[in-house]
Parts: sequence; C-alpha cells; structure tokens
Amino acid sequence: MATTYRICPRTGLQYDTAAEKLMRWNAVAAVLALLVGGIMAIGVVLTRWPSVKLLPADQFYLVLTAHGVDMLLIWIIFFEMAVLYFCSSTLLRCRLATPKIAWLGFILMTIGAVMGNYAVLAGESSVMFTSYVPMQASPLFYLALILFAVGALIGCFVFLGTLVVARAEKTYEGSIPLVTFGALTACIIAVFTIASGAVILIPTLLWSVGIIQEIDPLMYRVIWWGMGHSSQQINVSAHVSIWYAIAAIAFGAKPLSEKVSRFAFLLYILFLQLASAHHLLSDPGLGSEWKVMNTSYFMYFAVMASMIHGFTVPGAIEAAQRKAGYNNGLFEWLRKAPWGNPAVSGMFLSLFIFGFLGGISGVVVGTEQLNMLMHNTIYIPGHFHATVVGGTTLAFMALTYFLVPTLFKREMIAPKLCAIQPYLFGISMAVVSLVLMGAGTLGVSRRHWDMAFSGAPFQYEWPGAAYLMMGIAGIFGMLAIAGGALFILLVVFSLLFGKKLDEGTTSEKRTPFAPNTAAASVSTTGSAEHVAVPGTLTLALLLLVSFVLYYFVNWKYLSEVWGLS
Amino acid sequence: MSAILPPADRLWWKQPIDKIEWTWIMLAFTWGMIMFVMMIYWHINGKQNLSTETYKSTREMFTAKADKFIAENTIRTETEQNIPVVKVAPGGDAYLTASLWRWWPILELEKGQTYKVHLYSMDYNHGFSLQPVNINIQVVPGYEHVVKMTPTKAGTYSIVCNEYCGIGHHTMLGRIYVK
Repeated sequence: MATTYRICPRTGLQYDTAAEKLMRWNAVAAVLALLVGGIMAIGVVLTRWPSVKLLPADQFYLVLTAHGVDMLLIWIIFFEMAVLYFCSSTLLRCRLATPKIAWLGFILMTIGAVMGNYAVLAGESSVMFTSYVPMQASPLFYLALILFAVGALIGCFVFLGTLVVARAEKTYEGSIPLVTFGALTACIIAVFTIASGAVILIPTLLWSVGIIQEIDPLMYRVIWWGMGHSSQQINVSAHVSIWYAIAAIAFGAKPLSEKVSRFAFLLYILFLQLASAHHLLSDPGLGSEWKVMNTSYFMYFAVMASMIHGFTVPGAIEAAQRKAGYNNGLFEWLRKAPWGNPAVSGMFLSLFIFGFLGGISGVVVGTEQLNMLMHNTIYIPGHFHATVVGGTTLAFMALTYFLVPTLFKREMIAPKLCAIQPYLFGISMAVVSLVLMGAGTLGVSRRHWDMAFSGAPFQYEWPGAAYLMMGIAGIFGMLAIAGGALFILLVVFSLLFGKKLDEGTTSEKRTPFAPNTAAASVSTTGSAEHVAVPGTLTLALLLLVSFVLYYFVNWKYLSEVWGLS
Repeated sequence: MSAILPPADRLWWKQPIDKIEWTWIMLAFTWGMIMFVMMIYWHINGKQNLSTETYKSTREMFTAKADKFIAENTIRTETEQNIPVVKVAPGGDAYLTASLWRWWPILELEKGQTYKVHLYSMDYNHGFSLQPVNINIQVVPGYEHVVKMTPTKAGTYSIVCNEYCGIGHHTMLGRIYVK
C-alpha cells in the first residue's frame, strides 16, 4: 500500500506513482502497436490502389490481417488500459488497486501482442482479423488473442477494484465524475466482450490443435461478433468519455445535464452489445425478428444515446464558450475555439467524423434489408475507418497531446507540426472513408486483392467511378498514414528530447479534492446557470437532416434491385 | 460541475433537463422509432427481403441435388473449364455451389420470373455478391440458404465472391444470364 502521490503543477491532477507508471507503459505499448499497424497500412493502401498494386496476393492478405489485429485490438486496448487507470485513480484521487496484478495484466497483453504479430507475420495465419472458421490459423494466433484478452480483463478488474478503493477510502463525495462513469461503461462492455471472446476463442484454439472436431461456422460468427462488434463499443464509450474530458480540460465545460449524459451511457451498457447482429444481417439461418431487434440495438436506444452525446458534448462547449463571452451569432463560440490546440481540434474532428460519417453510415448499413446493399463491400471498411479511426484513434491522439506534458512531464516539440497533425490525419481519413463508402455503394468488395479479377474464367468490369474512388482512397490513405507517422514521430521525439517539465511535488499523503461548498451545490440547480445552445442545436439538426436524407436514399436504391423474398 | 470532477451537486439527478436538450432527445427518439418501424414496414410492403429459409446440409446431400439439377437442365457449356450453363425452369429451384474458388454452375434465368436459388458452400465462408445489381449475401458452410430471386432486367450478371476465402479469392467469379 506504500505508494506516493504526485500533484501535476500544470493541471492540478494527482497521480498515484504506481498507476502513473502503468499508464505510461500502456500508452507507449499502444503507440508501438500503432506504428506496426501503420506500417502494415502502407501495404494495404498501396495494394488496393488499382494503379499501384504493390504486394502479391499472399502478402496482401498477411498485412491486412496484421493491420486489423494491431489497430483494432492492440493499439486501442493498450491505450484504453491507460485511460481506465487515469479515469479511476487520477480522477478519483485515490491509489490504484493492486498495481502488481495490473502489471501482470500488462505483461500478458504484451506477450499476446508479440505472439499475435509473430503468428501473423510468420505467414501461417492470414485469416483476417475475423478468423472465420473453418479457415484455420496457427494455434499461436488464437492463443495470442486469448492471452491479450485475459490481460485486458485483468486491467478491467483493477479499474473496478480502484473504484471500490476510492469509495471505501472516501476519496470523493457523492458520485463519480461523468468521465469516470463513461470509463466504467467502457469497462462493463469490455467484460462482456472478453467473455464472448473466451466463449468462442477457447474452443477454436482447441479445434486448431485437433482436440475439438468441428466448430459450427454460423455459431462462430454469432459469438465471435459478440466480441468483434462489442469491442468497438468499448471504443465508443472510451472516446465519448475522452470528448467530455477534453471539453472539460480545454474549455472548463460542464455537462449540460449530468442526468442526461449518464443516462445515455447507461443506454450503451444496456443495448450496445446487441450489435453483434450488424454483421449477420445477410447471413442464412437467423430469423428476421432476431435481426431487426438486435441490429436496431433494441429499437435504436443506443443510437439515441450516441445522438445525445453528440449533442451534449458540443453543447457543453458552447455553453462554456458563451459564458466566456463568445456570445455573438450562432457560431462565434465555435469560430473562436482554440483551433491551433491539437487536443481541441482532434476532439472536434473526432466528434464530427464519428457523427456525420461513421454514425450515419453505421445505422444505414445496420438496417436489416439495406445491409444487403453493402454487406462485405468496401463500404464496411469505409464506415469503420470513420468510427474507429476518425472517431476513436483521433480522440486518443487528441488526448495524447494533453497526456504528454502531464503524464510524461515533457513539452511537445514542434508545436506548429502538432497543430497540423490532427487536420492532416483527420481530414485524409474522412476522405478515405467517404470514397471507400462510394466504391462500396458500387459494389467493390472488401478484403479483395484484385479488382480486375486476373485469372478468373470471366471478366467483370467495375464502373470507372469505382476505380477512380479506389485511386483517391490510395492517395488520401497515404496522406492519412503520413498524418499517423507524424503523430508517432512527434510523440516519440517529445518523450526523448522534449523540454523536461517540472514534476511537481510528490508526497506520501493523498491530497483530497478541494471541498465542495454547500453554496456551490445550490447555485448549480435550477436555471441560474442556464445558457442556451442554439449553435449546437443547429448543427444537430443538420446532422439529423443529412441522416434522414441518406437513410431514405438507400431505401430507394434497395427498391431498384432484384426482387428478393 | 466539470465532467472530470464529481458532480458538485450531489443530487444531480434532481436537476431539471433543459428544454433544448429535451427537444433533441425527443427528436432522436422519434427518428429511432421511424427507423425501427421502417424495417418492419418493408417486411410487409417491400419487395426486397432476405429469405430466412435455411437448412442444415452436408456436402454429400447438397452435391447430390446440385448434380441432378445440372445433369437435367444443362443447355451448353462455356469457357475452357466447360462450366455448364443451366436453364432454370420459371419458378423452379436452382442450386448454386460456392467452393474454392468457383461458383458452379452458370444459371440462366428469365426476367420477371421468381426462382428459388439454393446457396451452399463446400468449404469456407464465401460471399454471394451479384453485380452490377449489388446484392450481397453471406454463404456459410453447412447451411443451405434458399433465396427467392426475381430478376428485373435482362443482361449478363457477375457473381463476385466478397468473403475472403484464401489466395485465389479474386479469381472466384461466377455468372448469371437473364433473358
């Protein structure tokens, strides 16, 4: 229990020294995974660019598998571990529960990450991230995923334990902060996700070594997606929490309503896991009622939750900015935001790309019948590069610009390049997403080495526009990779050579929160603090109108295809 | 009451919700309900709903049916591989087999007629992606999926495999003629 506490002089945050070290190592491991996944991305982008077609087929499928595993799993989950420890021990000003066990989790995740990469790069496991049976990877591949997941599960329990510690030692009064509540949401979904993963990956491992005879391919898909999609919902909860955190740190923004924001997180816990069905809408063997109920997250309550967060985050910022005096017209609060601060610009771009591109396309592709227009086309990577890359990864990058000074005690080098990076990465990725969705609407397949079908008994010529859009995806894909590389370089060089910053005071005693005055709790109730947010409402209505139009355009497309019944 | 601090007001759940926020919540809720009802509506009135008729099947059982179907209805063969072109009786059953890396056989259909196309995979997951119509259906091994299809226009259509199925995945191209 003997740990020390450091007060960061720049932010006033208190770090448990043991937790701090864990956060740093998890963040570093995450960035390393991002580097490996980014190198793989070069192979993916340059091969799918029709006029470049860099790699032969076997290597293409290999780097595509590695890209998926490194980015979707390793980069994101390592970073989320750092976020969980931050949101518990730092935000609640308490010690981290069982740091030694947290290290065990970290070591397991690291072993899993290295083993997984080895299994894929050795060439025996080009089965894609989804590894649909009966296509078989080497046993190491499944073992690696299991070890990584067990490590992450340990991290989740350390997070939950830390919440218990904080409560027992009374380090805070009342309720946990909203951001911690969001992290708790992510953690609960993570436990469900990892349980689904265990249910399917352990038998698959046994099958790969010959102990189990057969895994039913459809059952595999149903349960695997209980992990595969739910893990993306961990990301949603985590990056929404980060939006709230950055809004609070950069603008001093307060949630418009704690009740509404927390209720929206609660809806995530209740309904997000149902989205396993999104991947099975065009599958045989599953009933329409099951598909409709599950794909809609039980009548779209989880979509409603995201629409609420998409409103309350900018709304909170608008309210804070208006109070700070930016009160002219609808959008002065937005125009006068610190757009040169990469944490802020990254957060806004993340919010925008996730909402307008990822969110709308996600609901459309997740509509039972409409799914047949996009299932397994490159529309799907277009959609999830808007959610997971434009949304999650960009939010994590934005938070990193805040974490380097406070957690690593270094100043970011090259502030001008830092200011450009979120735009370079975010805008390029948004373009990639758009053109991939465009090409997918024309039918172009995902996970496909050759649009020209060389060696096939027939010819099929995709429309010229499809080739054009895949070419644009190539160009902007490379730009996005440049943006990602710039991020890694900036972070690594800042950690190595950035100006060392004042550590702040370290003591053996915990410093509690500044006490809440009774007056403060009175003044926040009622409408005394109330600020209208017309700008946010305008933006939200714009989102809704785009959403409605795009949704019905796709029904129009569907009505024009062959009759199916 | 910053988002990274415990709520200053311990009774935060008693605070009223702002009118604009309520408006947005109700809009989002209503839109969700419309989208939910839309899927059900399409099952009743739409002409494109994916069939749920599925049978567990084995390679042997499906091959027997598919071979019989091909033997009885082939009208010619095409390409160097002598892929049979099979004319399906209007309203009849067609058996389409996906395997590494081919769609077998070529089907010949008539515009405006409805056919029961039985999709089956002999090995891995495959993807039935009909182009340029752009209908995409997953083909899962072990499951015979009976999809009723009604072509709306004459022409030559391609079946792209759009589920990754190994090194020859990009050569897996099939064909449907609609007269």
